[in-house]
Amino acid sequence: MSSRERILGRVRRALADVPQDDTSYEQAVPREYLREHGDRSVEQTVDLLAENLADYRALVHRTDAEELPNLIMRLLAQRGSQSVLVPPELPPEWMSAAGPTRVHDRAASTPHELDKVESVITGCAIAIAETGTIVLDGSPDQGRRRITLVPDHHICVVRVPDQVVSSVPQALERLDPTRPLTWISGPSATSDIELDRVEGVHGPRTLEVVLVSGRASAEENA
Amino acid sequence: MSGTFVGMPAFPVAAHDAVRNETLRGNLRHATHTIRAKRAKAVAEVSDWAELREAGKRIKDHTLFHLDRYLVQLEEAVTAAGGTVHWAADADEANRIVVQLVKETGESEVVKVKSMATQEIGLNEALEEEGIRAYETDLAELIVQLGKDRPSHILVPAIHRNRGEIREIFTREMSEWGRPAPEGLTDTPAELAEAARLHLREKFLRAKVGVSGANFMIAETGTLVVVESEGNGRMCLTLPETLISVVGIEKILPTWRDLEVFLQTLPRSSTAERMNPYTSMWTGTTDEDGPQNFHLVLLDNGRTDTLADEVGRQALRCIRCSACLNVCPVYERAGGHAYGSVYPGPIGAILSPQLRGTASEIDASLPYASSLCGACYEVCPVAIDIPEVLVHLRERIVEGGQVTREGNKVILKPAKGHAAERAAMRAARWAFGRPGALRTGQRLASRTRRFHPRTLPGPGRAWSESRDLPTLPAEPFRDWWQRTQGGNTDKGAAK
Amino acid sequence: MRVALFLTCVNDTLYPDTGRAVVKLLTRLGVEVDFPMAQTCCGQAHYNTGYRHEAEPLARHFSDVFGEYEAIVTPSGSCGAMVRELYPRMGERARAEGRGDSLATTLAPVVPKTYELTEFLVDVLGVTDVGAYYPHTVTYHPTCHGLRSLGLGDRPRKLLQSVKGLELVELPGADECCGFGGTFALKNPDVSAAMGTDKVRNAESTGAEVLCAADNSCLMHIGGTMTRLGTGIRPVHIAEILASTEEEPAA
Repeated sequence: MSSRERILGRVRRALADVPQDDTSYEQAVPREYLREHGDRSVEQTVDLLAENLADYRALVHRTDAEELPNLIMRLLAQRGSQSVLVPPELPPEWMSAAGPTRVHDRAASTPHELDKVESVITGCAIAIAETGTIVLDGSPDQGRRRITLVPDHHICVVRVPDQVVSSVPQALERLDPTRPLTWISGPSATSDIELDRVEGVHGPRTLEVVLVSGRASAEENA
Repeated sequence: MSGTFVGMPAFPVAAHDAVRNETLRGNLRHATHTIRAKRAKAVAEVSDWAELREAGKRIKDHTLFHLDRYLVQLEEAVTAAGGTVHWAADADEANRIVVQLVKETGESEVVKVKSMATQEIGLNEALEEEGIRAYETDLAELIVQLGKDRPSHILVPAIHRNRGEIREIFTREMSEWGRPAPEGLTDTPAELAEAARLHLREKFLRAKVGVSGANFMIAETGTLVVVESEGNGRMCLTLPETLISVVGIEKILPTWRDLEVFLQTLPRSSTAERMNPYTSMWTGTTDEDGPQNFHLVLLDNGRTDTLADEVGRQALRCIRCSACLNVCPVYERAGGHAYGSVYPGPIGAILSPQLRGTASEIDASLPYASSLCGACYEVCPVAIDIPEVLVHLRERIVEGGQVTREGNKVILKPAKGHAAERAAMRAARWAFGRPGALRTGQRLASRTRRFHPRTLPGPGRAWSESRDLPTLPAEPFRDWWQRTQGGNTDKGAAK
Repeated sequence: MRVALFLTCVNDTLYPDTGRAVVKLLTRLGVEVDFPMAQTCCGQAHYNTGYRHEAEPLARHFSDVFGEYEAIVTPSGSCGAMVRELYPRMGERARAEGRGDSLATTLAPVVPKTYELTEFLVDVLGVTDVGAYYPHTVTYHPTCHGLRSLGLGDRPRKLLQSVKGLELVELPGADECCGFGGTFALKNPDVSAAMGTDKVRNAESTGAEVLCAADNSCLMHIGGTMTRLGTGIRPVHIAEILASTEEEPAA
């Protein structure tokens, strides 16, 4: 007998006392919890996102589509980055004012090569206000998972309010589980020393989130 | 190689030294009290906690009651997404599978994300025997591994160490394993974290094989979920070419949507955060992104035996948040090592004796390692009634009865060590069944009270070593009641 | 109103003063109290140590003795929780063991009408000021089964706050178990004693003269630790405080 059959057989015997129940899964589980917490306007939701991101030590910037390229240029310059990783379909105008060498996200790059790049800039799939989370799903404006992991500085652009949801339940509704997903809430951190939170371990130690409002999203929808 | 739990003494014996270790007591008090207050605040922030807890409990129960169906569904989904599923009935089989998979890659080292399941099966030791070195990459696991120590907490395995001790371990041991600790390393947590970052980075960047567990597996989609903080998880899950995940069969959730409950309750219960810094979700393999070979090892190792116990099976709802450890007054004083298992604290006291059986001294003593204060049940995000299971396991030990071991039903005999207690309980039951007999005993005790010592010999010493005995009253209440006709003719108590 | 006093075996044998205090207090509030002489033990120690089957006859006996009363009042959070929380569970387990409904049916009547003393005062009698006088500084320890199984909440505190002359001071770490836990105190004496010591040190830090609780089992452990540590603070059951009046102050 294979272990598969052995384990499945053990499960069935273990449940011999459980009465047959044909209730559908939807009916079996009461979901009386909230779809979101609190009643907020769209602007308030974006404010909450900014507040919660900052609470977990992300650096939050707010701008509009027109100013975005200049802001990105400034952030990279302040950091002193000489090179920046870019996913294949990062909107070209985002980097139009920036000086550093662009390093393209390629399958052939080795982790050691990525480790030499100082910054990375990406879009995101969605952002969750209640938890201060950005979610990446590997779309062409975000690239492979590793590019937002190895460099020490991550700039993530969130289009507000289109990409912002209030809550975790709303986020899951909008995400595609077949894509590789990375949920990011603040820079890398640990509580392993005396259960006290310290920011900055293996992932990017600096996370900058740019909340960009205005024309860019309007253009995209058009 | 980190220490193992084989041959652990019974809980009270191990706890005896722990309560006298002032450093350990101080470290644990500080850490657990810090996180307790934070957790309470994080939970109070969501108004629907009770509903989330109830939904979490019901989702897990439903899953357990249909586990065979969901396991098969998960296997299909993972396979369809490009992964390979393996089934392991016990620890040895799981270790053999992983060793074989690593050997097929031709590699002699692996990087590991913190995983309770791989600790439970002793995977690092099994790999070591085959000449494969496993690097723990979670900061606390690293501290434990470098210190040749044992984990003492589910979430923070090095909770028993303070910053000074960690600095000392890093300075002494890091050079043995790779990049040495920076010169002049101090004990500030930020510097210690930086030292770990530098030490592990070279390992992450060259690793070809990653080993992980998972917090959740979604049956309908085949998605695995790892919740973490440091980014070591992301490193292990995305940089290597091959990923091997060893996951207990109870970690399944039926649907994608179910995550909306647990991604709210787990971070708040464990690290007391609204959301942990990183959560990775992957479904099989993705072309040109992350490991191109993905193996899922589904682990039983006592879980189906636990599932067979009507009362005890609720322990399988556990999502390993460790909130119960952080509020437990016994854990706080005895420390995690006394539990003799990778699962310490209240959840360990009900999980270990079910996964491993109660044949060993330590496992037979764990159900008693609780004052039944109920703080664990109160904070559990999936409402495991830990006191109920503890009492149930005590019953199994003293009364014996039918249990399932490795899929077979066996009859346990009542444990030998409890004969005197059993006789005392029977005698008490006999006396309590006869008010007259009880009264005779009470009167006898009261009349001879001046001869009673303040301390006791024999088994009673357990009480009187640290506590005085109460003085016996001149007469029991019932005598007073009868003498005074319910207090109506009370002329004061008998002297 | 006529109620049965379920004093508990520990109080009957070791703490008759608590029993007398309950009688005095309830009588003062116009309640007619009966003490059924056939009462013995609820079976809690048996049950919690793993001797559920030994506890069953005691539970049946309890139901025989108290079944006919309108209300059953007990000055013990843990024995109250035994009846209210664990008697129904014993019935369910017997049913699951294929022994039918007999135990569940026998125990059912006593479950809803069993009240812990402070619960009875606040919920049934609807009083928080019981006319007591107790000119001392008191700190209150909510015992675990009262706190978590019965959910006594702020009832004891409200009662204490209404006592004339009483100054109530907050106990640090109040919600933490004192370490008694029945046979836990004997099976894990080191941890139990460490918990007891911390509880006593916390109580001492309040500067109170009296540590008050609604359960004498816990107070036996805490009190035994207090005298061993040589502290000035003493343990007193809440019933004795509430029974104390200006005319007849408690000792």
